[in-house]
Amino acid sequence: MPVETAVPAGYIRVFGKPKALSDVKYTYCPGCHHGIVTRLVAEAIDELGILERTVGIAPVGCAVFLDRFMNCDFVQAAHGRACAVATGIKRARPELVVFTYQGDGDLAAIGTAETIHAANRGENITVIFVNNGIYGMTGGEMAPTTLPGQRTTTTPWGRDPRLHGYPLKISEMLAQLDGPTYITRQAVFDYPHIVRARQAILKAFRNQLEGKGFSLVEILSTCPTNWRMSPQEAGRWVAEHVTKHYPLGDLKDVR
Amino acid sequence: MPKGIVIVEKERCKGCGLCIEACPFGVLGFSSDYNSSGYRVVHMEHPEKCTGCAVCGYVCPDVALEIYRREPVGGTV
Repeated sequence: MPVETAVPAGYIRVFGKPKALSDVKYTYCPGCHHGIVTRLVAEAIDELGILERTVGIAPVGCAVFLDRFMNCDFVQAAHGRACAVATGIKRARPELVVFTYQGDGDLAAIGTAETIHAANRGENITVIFVNNGIYGMTGGEMAPTTLPGQRTTTTPWGRDPRLHGYPLKISEMLAQLDGPTYITRQAVFDYPHIVRARQAILKAFRNQLEGKGFSLVEILSTCPTNWRMSPQEAGRWVAEHVTKHYPLGDLKDVR
Repeated sequence: MPKGIVIVEKERCKGCGLCIEACPFGVLGFSSDYNSSGYRVVHMEHPEKCTGCAVCGYVCPDVALEIYRREPVGGTV
């Protein structure tokens, strides 16, 4: 890249694209927090120096093109089956670092069974769970994690808990089990939260390297396009409303 | 000479403006330039105010920013 030439002498690079990210442009919508989460995962892989032996599982959803954005190996899983595929890879090749990158429509809806059983077995894998409360890629339908009253294309008058049920709190559910090692919920709507989310993702990968077992990092994300908001409004919506239903913090941390 | 420099990779920028809001010193703003995807890209409106804190880079969802900081002369960081 000719970028280097534009910087005068005497300056050091303090931030830039991690090595685990490829030069391919993201296909995420403008302002989508997916891009931040993908970068944090890449930074964690860089920091631990595990790029050569990392395998990601990208199931269906906005994460589906992840194999193009990252330089590590990828397996495409059927909708919701990422934890099952990760289990297979990790058991066959325990020396590999295996992570899944799933949205809430994938992990919390069609893949609930696979996720809960992988967590209950305490599989030594890392799960990155991007929760934006909606089916982003397919056009903004209601997901199990949609907030009560939230408008989506399939709940145009807002989600009514009596008709559509209550938001599914996957992290709280998994924290009840004996299998998982580390369950945490983070957000990336501003700088301090991004730093915390980065530490959580790093810890989830470290747990796997140390053979501690199942780690899940839930990250509250935005979907500005389907929420019909600007990226700035969407970030504020997460800070004010989503974090009330999904409180941030570590839910389980076995040392 | 400013303490920091932000290099915007024009083709990656999608003009979401999150970096503009996040910058604590009001360095960044929308330029009059558009990239090949039709997004209005960000540029340094007040380069003299930049400290190279890299907050804009952290919040950028498209990894379009590269941040450089002036090397301290004769001291520790």
